[in-house]
Amino acid sequence: MKPTYGRVSRYGLVAFGSSLDQVSVFGLTVKDAALVLGAIAGRDPHDATTADVPVPDYAAELNGDIRGARIGVPRALFGEGLDAEVRAGVEAAIEAYRELGAEIVDVELPHAKYCIAVYYIIATAEASSNLARYDGVRYGHRAEESDELRQMYRRTRDEGFGTEVKRRIMLGTYVLSSGYYDAYYLKAQKVRTLIKQDFLSAFERCDAILTPTTPTPAFMLGEKTDDPLAMYLNDIYTCTANLAGIPGISVPCGLSSDGLPIGLQLVGAHWSEATILRLAHAYEQAHPLTARPRIVAAA
Amino acid sequence: MKDGWEVVIGLEIHAQLSTETKIFCGCSTHVGDEPNANTCPVCLGLPGALPVLNRRAVELGARAALSLGLRINETSIFSRKNYFYPDLPKGYQISQYDRPFSERGVLEIMTATRDEGGHAREWRPLTVRVTRLHLEEDAGKNVHEGLPETERYSYVDLNRAGTPLAEIVTEPDFRTSWEAYDYVNHVRKALQWVGASDADMEKGNLRCEANVSVRRVGDERFGTKVELKNLNSVRFMQRAIEFEIERQVNTLEAGGRLTQETRLWDDRAGETRVMRSKEEAHDYRYFPEPDLPPLTVSAEFIEGVRRSMPELPDARHRRFMEEYGLTFEDASTLTRELTLADFYERAAKAAANPRGAANWLKGELLRELDAAGVGADASPVSPEELGALVRAIDGGKISGKQGKEVLVEMFSTGKGAADVIEERGLAQVSDAGEIERIIGDVLAANQQQVEHYRAGKEGLFGFFVGQVMKASKGKANPKVVNELLKAKLSE
Repeated sequence: MKPTYGRVSRYGLVAFGSSLDQVSVFGLTVKDAALVLGAIAGRDPHDATTADVPVPDYAAELNGDIRGARIGVPRALFGEGLDAEVRAGVEAAIEAYRELGAEIVDVELPHAKYCIAVYYIIATAEASSNLARYDGVRYGHRAEESDELRQMYRRTRDEGFGTEVKRRIMLGTYVLSSGYYDAYYLKAQKVRTLIKQDFLSAFERCDAILTPTTPTPAFMLGEKTDDPLAMYLNDIYTCTANLAGIPGISVPCGLSSDGLPIGLQLVGAHWSEATILRLAHAYEQAHPLTARPRIVAAA
Repeated sequence: MKDGWEVVIGLEIHAQLSTETKIFCGCSTHVGDEPNANTCPVCLGLPGALPVLNRRAVELGARAALSLGLRINETSIFSRKNYFYPDLPKGYQISQYDRPFSERGVLEIMTATRDEGGHAREWRPLTVRVTRLHLEEDAGKNVHEGLPETERYSYVDLNRAGTPLAEIVTEPDFRTSWEAYDYVNHVRKALQWVGASDADMEKGNLRCEANVSVRRVGDERFGTKVELKNLNSVRFMQRAIEFEIERQVNTLEAGGRLTQETRLWDDRAGETRVMRSKEEAHDYRYFPEPDLPPLTVSAEFIEGVRRSMPELPDARHRRFMEEYGLTFEDASTLTRELTLADFYERAAKAAANPRGAANWLKGELLRELDAAGVGADASPVSPEELGALVRAIDGGKISGKQGKEVLVEMFSTGKGAADVIEERGLAQVSDAGEIERIIGDVLAANQQQVEHYRAGKEGLFGFFVGQVMKASKGKANPKVVNELLKAKLSE
């Protein structure tokens, strides 16, 4: 359960992409997630980005009744790259919602196709700055025996960060650099606004939007380390919620033939956590997960 | 300035705002504590800590902006200025960039031509365009001496990190080093006056950088700009600019080329030295600070700040001349500081004689205060007591000469004017009947002299005055004595 941006304080959360980061809840059940969210949500004077919006009793609203709820499905995003088994699992979930009394409506998110590009520009830009404090001066790892300051910085950060982190710092530094800022960072912020507007207009027609959580079942640990782009593409359905600042929840909707979990994602308008929790809970009650996913080691 | 050349100067001032606590956390801004005593997870840049804007810093920033004629933007945005340095805990400074707190100020200041000794000759007004004033956090300090093994290590003190700053930037509107000098002094006084900053350059809570370029007179285009740093006093800045003008003109006249660079003023050597060239300049990679929402200030907030501010120095100077009939110089002296101007107005009211109060304050009390290094707000003589003293003199109770002695005693003992006059037995006798009685006695005792006087030896008048004063133990009002004695002798 990823709450609306500003719903839960980020104070104490080690920052990655500050405008995207939001403390989220993992639970064995939707109700668990609802209970924890209720406990951690609300304004925090130590986090200026938290909002003073009343926190409802999320668990009390999990009544199973979703008749008349309108669920939007962005069919255009169900195309290329979507695994057949994932598609089948999600289609089945859509049918299940229809049977529970929800109304299924078509929605369009015309700018959603840019979300990966936009997300990896903004997230890395912010990360490059957020990770600057790991310089070895005050805390954490410091390389030994440097002759001068710059050498200490270089060695410390070279030794302390892993490959993917370095890749993101370099990418983020690049998109913020003089001469590239407008073409990358600023452009990404503009498209981010368009993505948010897509969702705002879609939510005029529905209460929540349903997509797969990921386009494929889980990949093997370490499988895509050498192909970061393929790895980034796995965020295609989830990163939109972070970009738009809206809440999202992923619930299991079956296993693939390999026994790997398939997830369905519901996203809602800002501050509509109660709505998507209720929708997720109703599905979970109607279709409890009986089989356990297979845990596999890397090849 | 060599004939045919013109200098173009723009200034950047960093002023620490006088808040009790830092701009993004609750740590004290107190100076002089143990290194790193005034720090917390926020100003240490610990992972997970977040900034929260100090409302007082915004209020003082607004005061500063309004005192310099700037327009405050309804919405401004904090940005991260990214660079690595040990005194910068987060690896970025939270500052403002393309949407600053305030912009587009037009400031009228007074500037003077100076003689060789730096003394002001003739004052004239100068209009300065103040580009912007924005809010940001200060960095900490690297310490390279006074601690063990400084040949191998540097130390970092983060007490100052997070102190609120107002950065004030001008357009390149100065054409002499003295104009720049007068502008910085004007800004210092304005910031002190409205309580926004202590603005003391020696203590480092006001810092100044100058952008200096030269061009041939008549040339529309700007020359190559050099940024001057390490200007630890207004005078240093003025000298550094003069040095730089000469260096740049000499280089160009010798057929050389200038490079865009940052130079440091070395006051001991009396010269500027290269710190870094444009090629080594940082790319700060500014972007909006995601941890802070845009800063919005309402028109009511700005109006509230404006109403809470004292009348500004220039307006008060004008009013002192118009309302109290003071000269330009007197009004300047008495608006030197806010506390002095306030003191004066209270004294003028208590004295019921604004010019008299101005003369006694400026001529006598201020000299005592300056000698003792005490501000008007800590004066042992209150404005009301100064007023009482002026009234006693005006009313003929004591003479002006006695007044000076009384004031000195008031200053050293803190006693009121009436008490000192009473204790010293200085109260003058102005009562005509009493004085006439004394005169009668004196004339009766000096019959011979009276006859001489009446026979034309008018030089004896002083003798009679002296005798009367002596008989009254100096308390008789000399003016009344003179009048009555003249009348009596011509009977």
